[in-house]
Amino acid sequence: MALFKLTLKELQEKFTSGEITAGEIARAYLLRISQVEPKIKSYISLTPREDLLMNAQAIDDGLKAWRKTEPLMAMPLGIKDNICTKGMRTTCGSRMLETFVPPYDATVMTKFNAQKPLILGKTNLDEFAMGSSTEHSAFGPSRNPWNQQHIPGGSSGGSAAAVAADECVAALGSDTGGSIRQPAACCGVVGLKPTYGRVSRYGLVAFASSLDQIGPITKTVTDAAIMLNALVGHDPLDSTSAKRDFPDFTKSAKKKDIKKLVVGVPQEYFAEGLDPEVSEKIQDAIAVFEGIGGKIQEVTLPSTERAIATYYLIATAEASSNLARYDGVKYGFRAKECKELAEMYHSTRSQGFGPEVKRRIMLGTYALSAGYYDAFYAKAQAVRTLIQRDFEAVFQEVDFLVSPVMPTPAFRLGERLEDPLQMYLSDIYTIPASLAGLPAISLPCGHSSKGLPIGLQLMGRPFEENIVLRAAFAYEHATNWRTKRPIIRS
Amino acid sequence: MTYEPVIGVEVHAQLHTQTKLFCGCPTSFGLPPNTQVCPVCLGLPGSLPVLNQQAVEMAVRTGLALNCELSPTNQFSRKNYFYPDLPKGYQISQYDLPICGPGWLEISVNDKKKRVRITRAHLEEDAGKNVHEEGAEGSHVDLNRAGTPLLEIVTEPDLFSSEEVDAYLKALRDLLVYLDVCDGNMEQGSFRCEPNVSIRPKGQQTLGTKVELKNINSFRYAKDALDYEISRQAELLDEGGKVQQETRLWNVQLGQTAVMRSKEGAHDYRYFPDPDLLPVSIDAEWIEELGGTIPEIPSARLQRFVKDYQLSEYDAGILTDSKELADYFEACVKLFAHPKTVSNWVTGELLRELHSSGVTPEDSPLKPERLVELLELVDSGTVSLKAARELFPELYSTDKTAEQVVKEKGLVQVSDEGTLQTIIEEVLAAHPAQVEQYRGGKEAVIGYLVGQVMKASKGKANPGKVNEMLKRSLTS
Amino acid sequence: MADISQKEVEHVAHLAKLDLTEPEKTLFGEQLSQILTFVEQLQEVSTEGVPLTSSVADQESFLREDLPRKGLSQEEALSNAPEANEGFFVVPKIIAK
Repeated sequence: MALFKLTLKELQEKFTSGEITAGEIARAYLLRISQVEPKIKSYISLTPREDLLMNAQAIDDGLKAWRKTEPLMAMPLGIKDNICTKGMRTTCGSRMLETFVPPYDATVMTKFNAQKPLILGKTNLDEFAMGSSTEHSAFGPSRNPWNQQHIPGGSSGGSAAAVAADECVAALGSDTGGSIRQPAACCGVVGLKPTYGRVSRYGLVAFASSLDQIGPITKTVTDAAIMLNALVGHDPLDSTSAKRDFPDFTKSAKKKDIKKLVVGVPQEYFAEGLDPEVSEKIQDAIAVFEGIGGKIQEVTLPSTERAIATYYLIATAEASSNLARYDGVKYGFRAKECKELAEMYHSTRSQGFGPEVKRRIMLGTYALSAGYYDAFYAKAQAVRTLIQRDFEAVFQEVDFLVSPVMPTPAFRLGERLEDPLQMYLSDIYTIPASLAGLPAISLPCGHSSKGLPIGLQLMGRPFEENIVLRAAFAYEHATNWRTKRPIIRS
Repeated sequence: MTYEPVIGVEVHAQLHTQTKLFCGCPTSFGLPPNTQVCPVCLGLPGSLPVLNQQAVEMAVRTGLALNCELSPTNQFSRKNYFYPDLPKGYQISQYDLPICGPGWLEISVNDKKKRVRITRAHLEEDAGKNVHEEGAEGSHVDLNRAGTPLLEIVTEPDLFSSEEVDAYLKALRDLLVYLDVCDGNMEQGSFRCEPNVSIRPKGQQTLGTKVELKNINSFRYAKDALDYEISRQAELLDEGGKVQQETRLWNVQLGQTAVMRSKEGAHDYRYFPDPDLLPVSIDAEWIEELGGTIPEIPSARLQRFVKDYQLSEYDAGILTDSKELADYFEACVKLFAHPKTVSNWVTGELLRELHSSGVTPEDSPLKPERLVELLELVDSGTVSLKAARELFPELYSTDKTAEQVVKEKGLVQVSDEGTLQTIIEEVLAAHPAQVEQYRGGKEAVIGYLVGQVMKASKGKANPGKVNEMLKRSLTS
Repeated sequence: MADISQKEVEHVAHLAKLDLTEPEKTLFGEQLSQILTFVEQLQEVSTEGVPLTSSVADQESFLREDLPRKGLSQEEALSNAPEANEGFFVVPKIIAK
């Protein structure tokens, strides 16, 4: 089997046993990328060929002296282009940062680099992670490997497409309202959003600080656990980073049953608007959980219907402030030939940001402005509390929740671009877990009649990624969706 | 018409921590531009703030000394506006939950004591610096100062003259320096004041329209700017005009205030809780612990000096005028338990030398140990008080011990009874008439005899000793 | 429907330092009105006495010791600057308004 088809775990085993070298891995992926990338467009920047081969050579050369390998050593990874990589351009999918080369590494990159992986490149995203399709990237959209007329999802669409198209063995994404889980569902791969605070945000370019969280996009649940192990841990550079112990997550992804676990099925996630094909696949999945020992229980999360409005007020308010730093002074784009400061600000920001980012900055600025703060922003903060309480109540009774990831399979490119509200509404199932900061995973559970993947979402209690991973692993092994791969035709 | 000014003051005190409020960059002043910076204080994409514990503790100590209610929960908020010296496009500050709530500071004006109510004091980060050079095309931005911790201390409109403002500012600055939380340097901007002033006809209760004053970097300017502004407003009202609510800059050269441009047309700072920083609780235990580290405030120390050391209010006032001098005094008293004597030397000889050499007590070349040594020599009679005063300048300006100087100058007092007895006998033999007078009851003549002994010893005899021995010889 | 006026669009754009073209103003005006109408549903939710959530992190901020940490060199600090001179960032002149 071609190297690029292996999972992270399989590739790791072959490398550790000495069956393959880092150099072989690098060359195999360089070849794969050169064949597939023109069609899928997963990456914004690629590590130059010479550099990658040199890094691989350094690993192969050093291996004797080090005497041991690390879990991610020589593993070919893609990094979402809103995670700062020292010396490597980090654009956030925006003209604003087209030339920005961070002089520092995000904490997750420092952790990764200590294990000597092969960083293949920076993956595409909606500008500043604002979007559900990568159509808002200033560098053009990525394509869904299953059907190139369709979106790969977003905002981590480049990462999901790269994993699905075997352009990397695993990737990092970031999730604010579903940006890891939704593209994973669209591309038929696994996406894990950890609990808020589990993974350091230092070096993740902020969209909405109280919601953003870095997580892995992988081919299997086991791979997600391996990646999560490398990401977690308290970071003294992030005030919101949790001071908590963490288990070896790969040990959670071992059992093939979920005996003694109670599976919650929230009614509100199966209401109007859910595509019948998607609904059917999720019902099938619930039956699978029952079959492997889960106790199924219907639950209700009444505030779900308020989640989108709450989210779009909070996320845009935070974003309007987080994006104020792009002013043409210290880094990034500056409009040409401005005679005075005010003109420079206005021209730089108007030319540097795309329409979706401007729209959200406008909405967020409005929600925080004098006279509207209480009615919009403060109200949303209160409703957020209610949403969190809904989950707390339900988790008294159940161990994890099962739901769809999105109401439909991946839509066609351009289909919703003219109607932002319609685009926002498609985030209905992923947003609540974001608002409550819960861990949630998306994994494949079937295909539509048109052959597009459908995703299943599992949500757990805060800091119980282990339960989510256990249930996901058991489901994955009770079905065979993980073996279905897209065929990318020339 | 007679008007009464009503003044409130905002002070921005730079807390002298080693590092900035939210990152580990040094707070050093006067270094090349953009060399004290990191991803956090440059506002690089992806960077995050982490609060400096020392800054919180300094704020709490200040709050305790200002008798403030301390907020058990602290929240940081973002104040959003655009300016080149503000790298993130927002300033991290405190809005609805400041670290210090209402309190007061006692001041004294023309011997009258008065409490100035403190509204609040909150932590915030400083901006960088825009440098506008004459004739240059653009402005230069240096972010070394960006992120330096500030404590903004706000009063109620409780001050009614520029003299009161002056007294308040001095009292507050002394307090902050005393607490060791701020170096109080107005010229370097570590103690910035922004008074706001309105006037109203005397007797009227409602407040007039207030004007904020900026660009005041000395106590003198604060007073001048307020005096100017008060008369400007009075003239305006007398002419039937109206005071505009605005911010005015003090222009030192012209001795006038002028309307300042506004940073942003419409001020709508859109404050909201900073999601990058979680709330900070300050519990009673922590407060108590910090309370223990607060040095005495000057007025309390003055009272203690009067009571414990039996000093006059005047002397205690001189000693506690600066924390360093008071510390110096107490260091001496610890070694030499005659506070009154120490006070005389410190407020007299020492202060004179310090003033003439322009040195602070802390940097005095004469350390308490060496001064005390001299006082001990006087006390033991080894050197006379007069000789000690004479040799003081040399002791101060060299690093010799008091004993060395005394010996070198040949100022050792003769107290040896054998030597003195020989001289006394010679003097008595040479002045039989005076001896007779003394024995006849005219005891005052002993002064003359002492003088003769001193003369014979070339001034080195210990006068007390001589007096005592003479009496013994004359009555035997 | 919550109508956001052209004037409000302009005011918000000014606060956010965005210059909008006339068609953008119209389009954003319409889209923001639509979104605001949608989010107005929150007014139906009773939130009396409900605390506000600004972060779901279940801890307090931890504090940093006051110890210097290595920062960036001047060269690194200015490496992404659109314009720099003699160690400073350079911006167009600031005109009083």
